[in-house]
Amino acid sequence: MRGPRTGFRPRASGFGLDSGESLAARASGASGPKPDARSPKPALIFPTAVARKPITLLKILIVVAGLIPAAALVVGLFTDALGANPVETITHQTGTTGLAFLLITLSVTPLRRISGWNELIRVRRMLGLFAFFYATLHVLTWAVLDHFFDPSAMMADVVKRPFITAGMTAYLLLVPLALTSTNGMIRRLGGRRWQQLHRLAYLAAIAVVVHFWWLVKADVTEPQRWALALTVLLGFRAWWTLRTRLSSRF
Amino acid sequence: MLIRKAPDIRTSDITPKAVYLRRREFIQAASGAAVAAAAALAPPAARWASAQTGQKLANVKKSPLSTTDQPNRFEDITSYNNFYEFGTDKESPAQNSKRFKARPWKVAVEGLVAKPAVYDIDEFLKPYTLEERVYRLRCVEAWSMIVPWIGVPLADVVKRLEPTSKAQYVEFTTLYDPGQMPGQRANVLPWPYLEGLRMDEAMHPLAILGVGLYGEVLPNQNGNPLRLVVPWKYGFKSVKSIVKIRFVEKQPRNTWQVMTPNEYGFYANVNPQVDHPRWSQAMERRIGEFFRRKTLMFNGYGDQVAHLYTGMDLRKNY
Repeated sequence: MRGPRTGFRPRASGFGLDSGESLAARASGASGPKPDARSPKPALIFPTAVARKPITLLKILIVVAGLIPAAALVVGLFTDALGANPVETITHQTGTTGLAFLLITLSVTPLRRISGWNELIRVRRMLGLFAFFYATLHVLTWAVLDHFFDPSAMMADVVKRPFITAGMTAYLLLVPLALTSTNGMIRRLGGRRWQQLHRLAYLAAIAVVVHFWWLVKADVTEPQRWALALTVLLGFRAWWTLRTRLSSRF
Repeated sequence: MLIRKAPDIRTSDITPKAVYLRRREFIQAASGAAVAAAAALAPPAARWASAQTGQKLANVKKSPLSTTDQPNRFEDITSYNNFYEFGTDKESPAQNSKRFKARPWKVAVEGLVAKPAVYDIDEFLKPYTLEERVYRLRCVEAWSMIVPWIGVPLADVVKRLEPTSKAQYVEFTTLYDPGQMPGQRANVLPWPYLEGLRMDEAMHPLAILGVGLYGEVLPNQNGNPLRLVVPWKYGFKSVKSIVKIRFVEKQPRNTWQVMTPNEYGFYANVNPQVDHPRWSQAMERRIGEFFRRKTLMFNGYGDQVAHLYTGMDLRKNY
């Protein structure tokens, strides 16, 4: 976890931004240190930090909550509590948890705009990394337990099975996002380019829902729910973009 | 400048082919050992506290047609089911079928048959000797189990019902009762569930009507009180909780075929060479095993049943 650091840290809150106002200003801010209004001084003592900043508390909560599904699977595996087909349970749980984190990540911006709690942006990359963490476990389950790392069998699966093609596409889209999730990478890419790159998350989320939809046999209730949630989250953005364009025209 | 000659690699330094080809086996064995160790650490089936509370079945004859494979645990067979009438999750049937009433139960025999009639289930089954048949079960979803079924040879039943010479197929229908079967309240499948067999398939000695497993009356989630078991076909052919047996001339349109004709056909023979359009059928995960194993043609019953399909294009007749 990124602890309070005296170094470059305040940038994160400036660059983990989404579409919207003063983007250019923030991107150009990369060239010169700027006081960050939200964290006026580095917190020196941990409890004080928690007490003063609800966002720190939120971060801790997210880390704990984010590790619970993985811990539950490990405990379940060792106590024979994952049902008759534990591998399937692991596959489904890691997949669903990854999707959940991806959508939670995508709900940060709408929540920020609705609540006005802009600091929320500071948990977004962490949420995204949890999505990537579970997606990785999901892909590993498939690679190891389904194919035992047999590259030809895996390739055949990716090429021949549309639902796996969609799933793999989603994962490959997430990889560059995870790799560029550090402060250093944001700085190197520049705010605007970083942000553009990270819009791939929208595509990845769509691909995940398609992946889910295509794999069920008959009952699409569950993928339908995810699709609805994603539609709402992307709908917010579409609406805001449209509104901005329209208002700028008149 | 000094250019050095590359050191010679002696042939004795090279890993023999036989050894490096076996590295996969080695890794599998090693990880298998790790899994076994993990399993040994786990409390012995703690959560599963044997659920065998069903009614014992008496006078059950062993059958030479049984496989010698180790049967799956009762708990696995009865907690991991596809029985959409009780919900689409694997655990749903066990959870939602607890209050299901399998008695009184009527079985209607209809169609091209000498004696169309409605039978009480116990009367219907009375003439036959129960047999235990330990069979492989291969689901179209690429998992499998070994189940010690108890049932009666379908051929004996068919013979007794005296279908006419015009009868080419047998059709089986599951109970439709959304009050008792909550899954039927959703339009997941066109209800009631219907399946069929060609006459020679129905007369094959491997095909049985199941009434029990593990020495007991079938649990509700496994198709109580009467189900089909056709071990060389994908599991969805083995229709559960049967209320109607009809003899017909034309090939029945079975439920999954109606639902998705390009994915599920009438025959549904287990065939590792013909993939489901969305996934491979070459391998399967045996419940209780961690890695997948190869799927066998006709689920390993090829010697007994392949002749039923000689000359047929099994790619077309999937």
